[in-house]
Order: sequence, then C-alpha cells, then structure tokens
Amino acid sequence: MDMDTADMTDTVNLREELEAVGIEEILTQLDRELIGLAPVKTRIREIASLLLIERIRKRLNLTSEVPTLHMSFTGNPGTGKTTVALRIASILHRLGFVRRGQVVSVTRDELVGQYIGHTAPKTKEVLKKAMGGVLFIDEAYYLHRPDNERDYGQEAIEILLQVMESQREDLVVILAGYGDRMDKFFASNPGFRSRIAHHIDFPDYSEPELLAIAELMLGDMNYKFSADAREAFIRYIALRKTQPLFSNARSIRNALDRMRLRQANRLVADLDRVLTADDIMSLEASDVLASRVFLKDRSTVRSAEQARDR
Amino acid sequence: MRITQGCFSFLPDLTDEQISRQVQYCLENGWAVNIEFTDDPHPRNNFWEMWGLPMFDLRDAAGVMMELNQCRKVYGDRYIRLSAFDSSHGWESVRLSFIVNRPKEEPGFRLERHEVAGRNIRYTTKSYAADRPEGRRYG
Ligand SMILES: Nc1ncnc2c1ncn2[C@@H]1O[C@H](COP(=O)(O)OP(=O)(O)OP(=O)(O)O)[C@@H](O)[C@H]1O
Ligand SMILES: [Mg+2]
Repeated sequence: MDMDTADMTDTVNLREELEAVGIEEILTQLDRELIGLAPVKTRIREIASLLLIERIRKRLNLTSEVPTLHMSFTGNPGTGKTTVALRIASILHRLGFVRRGQVVSVTRDELVGQYIGHTAPKTKEVLKKAMGGVLFIDEAYYLHRPDNERDYGQEAIEILLQVMESQREDLVVILAGYGDRMDKFFASNPGFRSRIAHHIDFPDYSEPELLAIAELMLGDMNYKFSADAREAFIRYIALRKTQPLFSNARSIRNALDRMRLRQANRLVADLDRVLTADDIMSLEASDVLASRVFLKDRSTVRSAEQARDR
Repeated sequence: MRITQGCFSFLPDLTDEQISRQVQYCLENGWAVNIEFTDDPHPRNNFWEMWGLPMFDLRDAAGVMMELNQCRKVYGDRYIRLSAFDSSHGWESVRLSFIVNRPKEEPGFRLERHEVAGRNIRYTTKSYAADRPEGRRYG
C-alpha cells in the first residue's frame, strides 16, 4: 500500500482524544443506568478503545481500512439487547464510525415480502432508512427457514450480506436473538458469521440484579417499595424466575406495572382517606403479594400464557 | 446539444460526491427525495417516470445514492434527475431538482416554424431523440 506514513515523532494525547469525542460520558451513563451486564459493559469498553485507536491510526495515515463493525447480540428475552444497541449507536456516532447514529429496529416482517418481487424492495427500503446508522435485526434467525428452501427470507439475507460487505462505511448491522437459535442460524449462514466482528453474549440477571433493576425502574417513575413490599418482591423474583416465559428485566417491568395498578385500586377503594405524597409513591406488601405467582395451589393455575400475564 | 434544466445545469456535471452532498442537504431539510428518468427531455415534458417511490424518512444520502446507482444500471442511457419535495404546509412543492445522468450523445432540438393565417408564425420545438421509438432514442 502506498501511503505517506505518519511522522514518527507525532504525539497523541489519549486523554484529550477521549474527551474530545465524549464517549466516556456515554460509558459512565451506561454503567449507571444499566444494572449488572458486566461482561457486556467490558466488551463495549474494549470496542470503544479499539475504535478510538483506530480513529487515531486513520488520522496518522497508519490505516485506510474501514473496520468491520457488524455485531451479534445473543441472550435471553429482556436481558437488555435492544437497550444496549441504542447506546452502541451513539458511541459509534461520537467516534465517527457512523455518520448519523440512528437505530432502525426491524424483525423479519419488515424485511421479507409476501410474494415474488416483494422482498427486495422491502429490504432495500429498510436499508435506505438505516444508512448512516445502525440496523438492528431482532430475532434474526426467523430470516432463515431451513424447512422451506424457496422462502423469501433467503432473498433478504442475500441483499443484507451484500450491503454488509460493500457498504461497511454506510451502516452497521446488529443481529440479535436467543443464544442457541442464533448459533444454529450462523451455522447455516456462514456468510453472516464471517461478516460479524463482535459477538456479545448477554447473561441472565441474578436475583439481586433483578431487584436492583426493579428499584431503578421504580425510582424513574417516582415510586418506591415499602420495607415489607421490598421483602415480598424478593420472594416474588425467586418464584417468578422458576416459572415459564420468564423474561428477565421485561418481566420485572411488567410486574411493576401490575403492582402500580393494584396500588391505585387499593388507594381508590378508600375514598375518605387523606393521602400524603408518600402514600401515593409507596407500593405496599399487599400490592406485591396479590400476585398469582404466590398461589400455592399450582394445579389450578392454568396455561403458561396466563401464568405470564399474572 | 447539452440540455440545461433544473439547478446546476450550467455547471459541469456534478460528481457523485457533489450529488451526495446536495442530497444530504435536502434530507436535512426534511424533504423527500425522488429519482425520475425519461428519454424525452423536452422542457414541457412534465411526465418523467419515477424510479421507485419517493424516499421519506431517510437520514443519510447513501440510501439515495444506492437507488440512483441501481437506476443508472437500468436507465444509464437516459436522463435521470433528482427532485426534492417539501411537504410542509405552505410549500407543498418541489424545492430542488437537478439532472444527475444524461445520455452520451444529446442530439438536441429543432425549431419548427408553421406559417399560419396572415403569415403569422407558430413555433414548436421538437426533440430529435423523440423521433425514434421509445427505448431506442439514445445509442
Ligand atoms: N441492566 C438493566 N438495567 C435496567 N433496566 C434494564 C436492564 N436491562 C433491561 N432493562 C429494561 O428491561 C426492558 C427490556 O429490555 P430490552 O428491550 O433491551 O431487552 P431485549 O434483550 O431486547 O429483549 P427481547 O430479546 O425480548 O427483545 C427495557 O425496559 C429495559 O429498559
Ligand atoms: Mg429487544
């Protein structure tokens, strides 16, 4: 390659570089606003460092390659994949690896058509909107239907693969989904595997982490647990985790929504009472304990569907 | 004869880099960008054909350039122009339009004079290219 390499005496002040792009802020915000996820946060820091150095190398004419930034996020439902994708987009934007920084989030339905000739325009429509930013494809394995070799998903896959290769400077693709199914998907689509630079695995949350997430969410909504309610919620988490269709932080969010509903009902039931702001902010043990999760007699608790909704 | 229609047509042809900058300007103003093509460049021809749908909600010019390159692959021997439509209230019209592709040879126009009653003259411009059937007008 023919490039005038940097003057070897050029110096670089890393701290200034880092401050100039302002990613440190995003990273600390990530630490603060997302509970747990230590391995994910470490990986993101590593990627951010790599890109910072890459950016400096480019300026010093030590590289002219566009790095591959496509990623895959694997993990169970509600482990924060979508949330982290949004943060990654702003990091990439600050560092100048994507020009605009928007995230376009899609699933199979937005990419694949219903009849011949429908898929290519649909996929391209999405790609055009994602140019300059991040295309987040949730449950990417649905693109591939191994049982039907004439499935239109294949056409979308081919267009994606081509753009991921030839327009690396125009957009970053993040494929997300549950671990085992993503593994199978990559095994049958080696084209994707080889175009992806970073695989990030999202672990399930531990019980204390789920509690911390609940308190963070409540705090954001100006609610709080009373001491008893907090104890009850710890038991709630332990029980809920063992039940079907548990989806980590999302289940927590849903549970909190139902507890707020019960709290409101409880307060409205006694119209003569005079309330303080504290009463209105507090969730009590009874709001938690009314959940079906606590029902002793399992045999009367029906299908998994219902169990999830209670 | 080099056709001059829309913006920038007295300048040398824009490079893709320059086209892309113009498109980005349009997108940042919230205008929808359209790609149109024709083999009949008569200035009164309002009916250029559209390549795909108007492009709403794009953030970056790369999306438009991707379509433009595809259009050039199919209709590279014709005129292609980009137009930017402003849908905001009170405007609701095209704000910018410029040619981004033209045939290698542009045969130009002839001026026809019809003598009518009282030796008055009526003028008509006709495109030489349009004398030939559709699809064979250039090259
Ligand atoms: N570590 C965390 N700290 C605080 N809130 C979190 C955390 N992880 C997830 N959440 C919250 O949980 C909810 C679900 O997260 P998200 O949508 O990112 O999960 P996901 O992995 O994309 O799930 P799915 O695979 O089902 O799409 C969101 O409301 C998010 O704000
Ligand atoms: Mg998600």
